[in-house]
Amino acid sequence: MIEVSGLSISAGAFSLTHVSFIVPPGQYTVLMGRTGCGKTTLLEAICGLRAVKAGRIKLGGREVTHLSPGQRGIGYVPQDKALFSTMTVREHLSFALEIRRAPATEIAARVCEISDLLGIGHLLVRRPAGLSGGEAQRVALGRALSFHPGVLLLDEPLSALDDQTREEMYALLKNIRQRTGVTTLHVTHHHGEAGRLADRVLVLEKGCVAPIPM
Amino acid sequence: MSISANTRRSDRVFLAGLSLIGAIYIVLILAMIAADVSFTTPAVLGSALRTPEIRHAIRLSLITCTLTAILSVWVAVPLGYLLSRTRFPGRRWVDAVLDIPIVLPPLVVGLSLLILFQMRLGGKSIERHFQDTLHLPVTYAVPSVVLAQFAVACAFAVRTMRVTFDQINPRGEQVALTLGCTRRSAFWRVTLPEARRGILTAGTLAWARSLGEFGPILIFSGATRMKTEVLSTSVFLELSAGHIEAAVAVSLLMVAAAILVLLLIRLMDNGSLPDDSTGKAKDR
Repeated sequence: MIEVSGLSISAGAFSLTHVSFIVPPGQYTVLMGRTGCGKTTLLEAICGLRAVKAGRIKLGGREVTHLSPGQRGIGYVPQDKALFSTMTVREHLSFALEIRRAPATEIAARVCEISDLLGIGHLLVRRPAGLSGGEAQRVALGRALSFHPGVLLLDEPLSALDDQTREEMYALLKNIRQRTGVTTLHVTHHHGEAGRLADRVLVLEKGCVAPIPM
Repeated sequence: MSISANTRRSDRVFLAGLSLIGAIYIVLILAMIAADVSFTTPAVLGSALRTPEIRHAIRLSLITCTLTAILSVWVAVPLGYLLSRTRFPGRRWVDAVLDIPIVLPPLVVGLSLLILFQMRLGGKSIERHFQDTLHLPVTYAVPSVVLAQFAVACAFAVRTMRVTFDQINPRGEQVALTLGCTRRSAFWRVTLPEARRGILTAGTLAWARSLGEFGPILIFSGATRMKTEVLSTSVFLELSAGHIEAAVAVSLLMVAAAILVLLLIRLMDNGSLPDDSTGKAKDR
């Protein structure tokens, strides 16, 4: 569950004030809003990558407002994917578990499991430069899901994909949700994505988050 | 004559004018190198480079330039990273201070180092502190060569590293933080490997810059044969003694090293074109 209450964030001349919303456990919520309205800023604040001026963030009932990003247990897929250019796909999928000093057998099993789920088993030895847009997006998703996060934050994950790949990603995101039950907040300005994926749609407009009927 | 033909002719004249002006400088550079090459023969070149003094200078140049390059990278990586990724009070001042070695006349750098090491601290000079505590003479000794080279070359390495870190998308490091990294482990595991080509370029640039350094070494290290003589001082000493062939031979050696370094840097730059995963996020 994601609980944001009275959140105020300042980013240069831009600011969001008193933003509040809840994403119930296991729900797939799509947050919509026009370009530049602060969707990415809000996700960064939930991740702990941007300082908040006021308000509280709770994840799974645990207050995380002042925790470091790594302590929050969030799988984050940024808009530009931000894959690590020097690492192979296998290294991406094992990265978070290596940081947690998980045993090698556990890491190998998880890499196998996640690559099966995402259909990227044949790409494990490749580096980001050799991946298509859809493949790179799957790797970014796999990296975010690898350590069993309680919350998944997706920042316009389908924005740069062609129609066919987008269709494949819809199916994949639904499958991930079904298999993992992870609470997801998906940011987009694309109505089609909301219609295909969301349990609930929120809209961020003029600094306020409000639900809109589906 | 049609308008499009007139436009094409005007474009050609414009580009020809630009090319002519640019060609003057290109020709000057190539003519200088050609003049050096035509001045000597392989036999003269070989005999000059076999003299013990010049072989010592080659050896000392290789050792000091390599040490300077390592030291420069060691300092440039943290400084470049801090300037690129953090905002702190006085950051602009630090940035400006780093330009001083680049714009300062080389002789002034040498003189400043000489004065610094003669300054008294706790009753004795800094030079004396080094000699007493580390048993390491600096001024007019080999360490002064490294220090004189480092004082200038490091500024170039810092500039290179700063641009390198500026070009690496900070988002990768941020994602690493969400995956459980501390800032330190994100730096070591994600950012530093991505900066490897920049590090090589910074080191190569510092090495090349050190090889050509002359003014600070002349003042701070002296030009003592078989002691503090590096290739740039060899050119000066050979010319002073009227041995123009030997001076040209050493110069050609330095030209060859410079061309080799330039080729290396170009090769590294060609391999570091950003891919889409390093593009900066624009949305808010």
